[in-house]
Amino acid sequence: MTTAPPSSLAAVEVLPDHPPTSLAGAAPAIAKKSALRRLAAVRWATGVRRASGLVAVLVLWQVAASAGWLGALLPTPVQVWDAARELTASGELQQNLAASVGRVAKGLAIGLSAGLVLGLVAGLFKAAEDVVDPPLQALRMIPHLALVPVFIVWFGIGETSKVALILIGPLFPLYLNVLHGIRGVDSRLVEAATSFGLGRLEVIRRVILPGALPQIFVGLRQAIGVAWLTLVVAEMTAAPHGIGTLLSDARDALRMDIIFVLLIIYALLGVATDLFVRLLEKRFLTWREGFAGV
Amino acid sequence: MSEYHTPTVRIRGLSREFDGVRILHDLDLDVAPGEFVALIGASGSGKTTLLRIIGGVDTGATGELAAPSERAIVFQSHRLLPWSRVWANVALGLRGRDVRKRAEVALAEVGLHEHAEAYPKTLSGGQAQRVALARALIRNPQLLLLDEPFGALDALTRLKAQSLVADLWAQHRPAVLLVTHDVDEALLLADRVLLLRDGQIAEEFHVDLPRPRVVGTPALTELRRRLLAGLGVDLPIQETA
Repeated sequence: MTTAPPSSLAAVEVLPDHPPTSLAGAAPAIAKKSALRRLAAVRWATGVRRASGLVAVLVLWQVAASAGWLGALLPTPVQVWDAARELTASGELQQNLAASVGRVAKGLAIGLSAGLVLGLVAGLFKAAEDVVDPPLQALRMIPHLALVPVFIVWFGIGETSKVALILIGPLFPLYLNVLHGIRGVDSRLVEAATSFGLGRLEVIRRVILPGALPQIFVGLRQAIGVAWLTLVVAEMTAAPHGIGTLLSDARDALRMDIIFVLLIIYALLGVATDLFVRLLEKRFLTWREGFAGV
Repeated sequence: MSEYHTPTVRIRGLSREFDGVRILHDLDLDVAPGEFVALIGASGSGKTTLLRIIGGVDTGATGELAAPSERAIVFQSHRLLPWSRVWANVALGLRGRDVRKRAEVALAEVGLHEHAEAYPKTLSGGQAQRVALARALIRNPQLLLLDEPFGALDALTRLKAQSLVADLWAQHRPAVLLVTHDVDEALLLADRVLLLRDGQIAEEFHVDLPRPRVVGTPALTELRRRLLAGLGVDLPIQETA
């Protein structure tokens, strides 16, 4: 015990031969250090709590699947992992993933831009809202996945119809949230800014857009979610490459392990993009004082 | 004042209706340069409406109105942009390289220099209202319009804010129009108290008393009694005897 290094806080605190007076000079530093340690411990505990559920599910899954409780057609996590390694080793996964991500990126780039522009125009100008909103509301009610046959007839079975389908989905949630974000901006702030001599563009830049931003982010998260969903459907109808292509091939070959790999990939893609938007929110919405939960 | 001044605010025959309900009717008002005028009236008497018309945020009035374009409003609620830092709120709409510096000077005047980088959510109600005051003063207004700016503050904070306004007015000497329902506040700060009733300026009280004023002195108490009587609150004369 006596060989414990002085930097070890726990040791210093319990050792009787280290009277507290000898530490007087170091006390503030130690207090700070122990606070940091407590914080690290709390974070670690939170991390463990959050991981525990996931680990429990995986373990249960492995046990149940290998015991055959869940039928013969459910692969175990280990089998899924092996299939993932097989797909990665052959380069198949990377190639198809790149094709899928490219499609979603194209669709989102067009769909989000259109949704943003339409939402801004409708939100900023009442006359534009009167023109733009009724047709968009009507179109919004058509489940966009029902457009698959229409787009195939119009654009063929190539890339165009797929990207077109992916861009339609995200357009509406973003449009709607941009419009309502703008409508939700406190008009008293706009009035105050105008009274201080801000021009129209400045009011938009300094007041309306920042005020609408929280809602715009909600729309962005929904839109990206819809884009991934649309990707699945778009790729399962005759695509040369893509996660969806792999999925339908695996279905035809009855490779349940590969199907599970792909399902997990879809989940991870969704989580990754959602995380990205949440990072943006964290960066741009620090000023908010909403209820953060208990 | 022996010298003739062009008034900072000149209003003749001003009327304002909301959906057929007459709020202001054929109202006349002059405010001299550097004069501190308090506008008092029962709630719903149209005092805030008059301030908004003079401030240019209500454009639905008829009649004659001349007010300087260098004017600034401090609203009832602070109306700071929650997404802009305090200094950026103060500098809102200003251009130039030194706006940050100027905002800091204005913040120092209201005693909030060290909060320049903070977001409004971190401020107390009194601090936020002081930032709103700095945001108005940085524009060097010829006319400062205060719309019950201390109404939501607690009594102690309100007293401090009132003396801050008195100091800032003494230093910068803009013409001030203060809308308030607080008779004591009007009498402590103003050169002239106007009583708004039935859409017009019904009574006018000159407060020719030295500053800083103290509530409870006989002259102020007498004015207070007359003002309250004008508002329909009759106090016995011997109340403070």
